[in-house]
Amino acid sequence: MLRVEDLHVYYGGIHALKGAHLKVDKGQIVTLIGANGAGKSTTLRTIVGLVKLRSGSIEFNGEDLSRLQTHEIIKRGIAISPEGRKVFANLTILENLELGAYARDYGTFNTQREWVYSLFPRLKERERQLAGTLSGGEQQMLALGRALMSRPQLILLDEPSLGLAPLVVEEVFRIIQTINEEGATILLVEQNAMAALQIAHFAYVLETGRITLEGTGRMLLEDERVRSAYLGE
Amino acid sequence: MTPTIFLQQLINGISLGSLYGLVAIGYTMVYGILRLINFAHGDLLMFAAYTAIYCVTLFALPWYVSFPAAILMTGLMGILLDRAAYKPLRDAPRISLLISAIGASFLLENVALVVLGGVPKAFPRPPLFDQVISLWGLRIQVLTIYTPVITLSLLMGLLFIIYRTKAGKAMRAASKDFETTRLMGINLDRIIAVTFLLGSSLAAAGGIMWAMKYPQVNPFMGVFPGLKAFIAAVLGGIGNIVGAVIGGFLLGLGEILIVALLPQLAQYRDAFAFVILILVLLFRPTGIMGEPLTDKA
Repeated sequence: MLRVEDLHVYYGGIHALKGAHLKVDKGQIVTLIGANGAGKSTTLRTIVGLVKLRSGSIEFNGEDLSRLQTHEIIKRGIAISPEGRKVFANLTILENLELGAYARDYGTFNTQREWVYSLFPRLKERERQLAGTLSGGEQQMLALGRALMSRPQLILLDEPSLGLAPLVVEEVFRIIQTINEEGATILLVEQNAMAALQIAHFAYVLETGRITLEGTGRMLLEDERVRSAYLGE
Repeated sequence: MTPTIFLQQLINGISLGSLYGLVAIGYTMVYGILRLINFAHGDLLMFAAYTAIYCVTLFALPWYVSFPAAILMTGLMGILLDRAAYKPLRDAPRISLLISAIGASFLLENVALVVLGGVPKAFPRPPLFDQVISLWGLRIQVLTIYTPVITLSLLMGLLFIIYRTKAGKAMRAASKDFETTRLMGINLDRIIAVTFLLGSSLAAAGGIMWAMKYPQVNPFMGVFPGLKAFIAAVLGGIGNIVGAVIGGFLLGLGEILIVALLPQLAQYRDAFAFVILILVLLFRPTGIMGEPLTDKA
């Protein structure tokens, strides 16, 4: 479904991605783990066109994304829950969800909204409140729900557990699994390697702009290097 | 002062203030999204007034065709202004944008001066707006009554667009965060164009009413109403649309009433607005309804 090959990205003079690659197949949860500054977010930002690549290729369902603008890429069926959640604090929860569905016609809006509400009942209770009044965990739920509103083929999740209490983190990962079981394909970027590897079908380790390890989630969980570098053992 | 005269002045003040408010909306909308003071906004009044004149005189169209045509043309002119002067600078420092705005303003004024000449043109005021009604001993030109009514209707329409339509919600999202707005699959350039279209159309409506009120049209006619409207926007809280209209009403009322109550200050009428601007910036920079706006990346 998504295939990234030999991706090179520069920020000013800094060579942020040095030939990164990854592949996401339909129905999978694929995770990209790595330390701060390894280039995880840059990879996602390049996929959605916020950052332009120097060389390499990004293909989605066989189509080259690298020349498209962000809104055109989103319209192809990709949604993202950005790092730091980035809900629109000045809009209500319902309006945030409506914007999530912006790229799609409104025909399926109600069924999609009900599905999101069934995943996140808290959002329904508060649909008329401004998103800025939600707690960090609730904002993450909203960011997830907003990404689901466009009925995307592929969902990119950028650090959904960042800054959340352990119990909330558990809930977020449980929901990611539920969404996947209901058919969504997910590319998950995480610093919380343990949690990410446990739910991932396939995983990549990114270090200073390169993929240094890849394998099934289980394989990487048992890998010595991963255990010492990312799982704190 | 007799109550009748006071009432008369009150009505004049409301009428003038609603014009300021109408023009202030455009300043505040563009600021809300681009964090830019669009200094060329005032010149769109002039553009609208001349366009209306030429529609009536050159093409012999009736006013009810000419005025909407002028409003539409000015709206498109606003989009062109963004494309030419601001869009190439989307990622530039904001001071560059500001300089470009000042340049665009001078350009519009001086092109108008070269092409249309400096001699003021008379504005063909439709007889409908010329009528005078007498009420409780007051004699009021109907235009004076129509102006605030038109302003408030346009404000209602605008608020409907901003709070109830898809494009309006996208505009509010864009005023907070460009990047995330694009991540929703929203074409940001189109949303910015809609913002300029709406703001400029309202300025055009203001410009036409201004030209009917002071029927001498010249290339620099937009400068002072533009500045006053900008002050009204700051007074109301820049970035806030309802605030812009309230700021306009207060400024217009203040200007008229200060002259009415203290006639010896009549010569300082224009200074009043600037004193207000300085006071607001000193003591309440966020204005009446404004909230502190964050700098956007």
